[in-house]
Amino acid sequence: MKIHEYQGKEILRQFGVPTPRGVACFSVDEAVAAAQQLGGSVWVVKAQIHAGGRGKGGGVKVAKSLDQVREYANQILGMQLVTHQTGPEGQKVRRLLIEEGAQIVKEYYIGMVVDRGTQRVALMASSEGGMDIEEVAAHTPEKIHKVWIDPVKGLTDAESDDVARKIGIPEVALSESRACLQGLYRAFVEKDAMLAEINPLVLTGDNHVRALDAKFNFDSNALYRRPEIVEYRDLDEEDPAEVEASKFDLSYISLDGDIGCLVNGAGLAMATMDIIKLYGGNPANFLDVGGGASKEKVTEAFKLMLTNPKLRAILVNIFGGIMRCDVIAEGVVAAAREVHLSVPLVVRLEGTNVELGKKILAESGLPIISGNDMADAAQKVVAAAKGK
Amino acid sequence: MSILINKDTKVITQGMTGKVGQFHTFHCRAYANGANCFVAGVNPKKAGENFEGVPVYASVQDAKKATGATVSVIYVPPSGAAAAIDEAVDADLDLVICITEGIPVHDMLKTRYRMQGKRTILIGPNCPGLITPDEIKIGIMPGHIHKKGRIGVVSRSGTLTYEAVGQLSALGMGQSSCVGIGGDPINGMKHIDVMRLFNDDPETDAVIMVGEIGGSDEEECARWIKDNMKKPVVGFIAGVTAPEGKRMGHAGAIISGGQGGANDKLAVMEECGIHITRNPAEMGRVMQKVLKG
Repeated sequence: MKIHEYQGKEILRQFGVPTPRGVACFSVDEAVAAAQQLGGSVWVVKAQIHAGGRGKGGGVKVAKSLDQVREYANQILGMQLVTHQTGPEGQKVRRLLIEEGAQIVKEYYIGMVVDRGTQRVALMASSEGGMDIEEVAAHTPEKIHKVWIDPVKGLTDAESDDVARKIGIPEVALSESRACLQGLYRAFVEKDAMLAEINPLVLTGDNHVRALDAKFNFDSNALYRRPEIVEYRDLDEEDPAEVEASKFDLSYISLDGDIGCLVNGAGLAMATMDIIKLYGGNPANFLDVGGGASKEKVTEAFKLMLTNPKLRAILVNIFGGIMRCDVIAEGVVAAAREVHLSVPLVVRLEGTNVELGKKILAESGLPIISGNDMADAAQKVVAAAKGK
Repeated sequence: MSILINKDTKVITQGMTGKVGQFHTFHCRAYANGANCFVAGVNPKKAGENFEGVPVYASVQDAKKATGATVSVIYVPPSGAAAAIDEAVDADLDLVICITEGIPVHDMLKTRYRMQGKRTILIGPNCPGLITPDEIKIGIMPGHIHKKGRIGVVSRSGTLTYEAVGQLSALGMGQSSCVGIGGDPINGMKHIDVMRLFNDDPETDAVIMVGEIGGSDEEECARWIKDNMKKPVVGFIAGVTAPEGKRMGHAGAIISGGQGGANDKLAVMEECGIHITRNPAEMGRVMQKVLKG
């Protein structure tokens, strides 16, 4: 689960990471009032959306007067901000962060991820702050320094100072950089993060180190014990279909094709998308109904897929393991009736009681096309979507 | 022969008394020699009771002492599952299979750290388990789709593994053992670990390796295969059509930072001499062709 920059900075401050002072705002008047309250003569007006690359898209502006704060807040609030992470349609800006300006001497990058290979939390740090870190990793990997953190010792002072020196933080600022690195690590562990980034971490003219940005992604499996993180969830930033799906414990991702897929199991669901593509079609979604494809779940899944105006056909691909195919078939038939299915439906069932399942589909009176195996089903749904 | 488990394996079920544990214990006991294999359950609050004649013990240690079991399977809910693995490791079992889906990643990081230097092998979490057909099944896979034979199967997913097994069985190719290693980013055995065992198993002739997007375990395994594997390997990777940055159900199935894409994995596997297919419906037929030479 992702959160906004200003929320990330709230977390960082709780763990002793120095950040500029700032106020989250929902209107232009609030933005101006926030700037007044912060004082000073330079403010940064920052669009709050979950996607990265906001600066390049025009979502971050430096204001040198209260009038400029008003002007920029007016421009940014409500705009469709397009970045390399939002897709061409962009994301509407509904929140701003008004922050005191900082005199930046140097920008660094620090980030943390759960590293699968070493099964440790990995700290990554680079002198090339402010840049797209994936670009740095691809072109100048030697400029990224890594520390694999021992979960018992945590990030030690020595490790912290060593990596800080490697990325060029001056000696005088080492104690503050330690606060940043160790604070970020503690936040990462204690809040169950999967990814955390401060990009850029900056050195100011008076040798202070400050987190100028904050990006977090939290482990959704751990949200049950992190109610304070769940509070930060912003549904406006998520795909409405995916939000709806999560209410029914369905795993759903919208794609841009026209063939809906309803599958049990994530691997098989991906493989189903792949085989549709292989036979010349385009999947409209990833949808894993999980182990128990009950009538209720299948009905909700159909409803979700049908909200997509591009939908031309649906493929149901179920490998009934412990779950019996006759039960699934009954669920599919009942769901198809309830939603008055208006697009061709191809169903492939395999596993326990498959013959009985197929019989239920055949005798339902519904125009369900039966697929004999995965390839047959995929070919049939691709043809159906093309109106053949 | 087979890898990791056979008809003589004695198994403790952690979380046997819950709804999921009861359901799967019933089916595991009903499969092949299962009634003789599943000898104990663990629940500190229900020690002394039994489920369908299987005695419940207060701890894994107690269950091991009483029955001589060397393997455990875990159905404990996510919030307590990592601690259940820790308990099995502390009891010095040979093998622990964690079926539980949805364990927090930081819990698994701690558990894997604790396991360093210990001899216990972990499969999963978030996996279907493993099976040696006609001998024993430990986990949630449908037993009846399997057929005894000489093909090994290793996979990160559940139903896609069944798909591979179903294709093999339909074409008359049985399986030596099938191992679901699970879809989580922090887990126990990886493809490479299972592949080593299949390579050394005299009753496995060839292996199907099923992977998915995310991480680089398949690439690592492929490079090992190139240098060490004496048997043919057929491979498929799910997620060629998956967009970057979107998590596809499994916590580990995500392409991030341009890494972990299916096409890259397939390219490395092909370079390393694995017989890849891009069509998930063809895994069985490709294997058939490879064996016929």
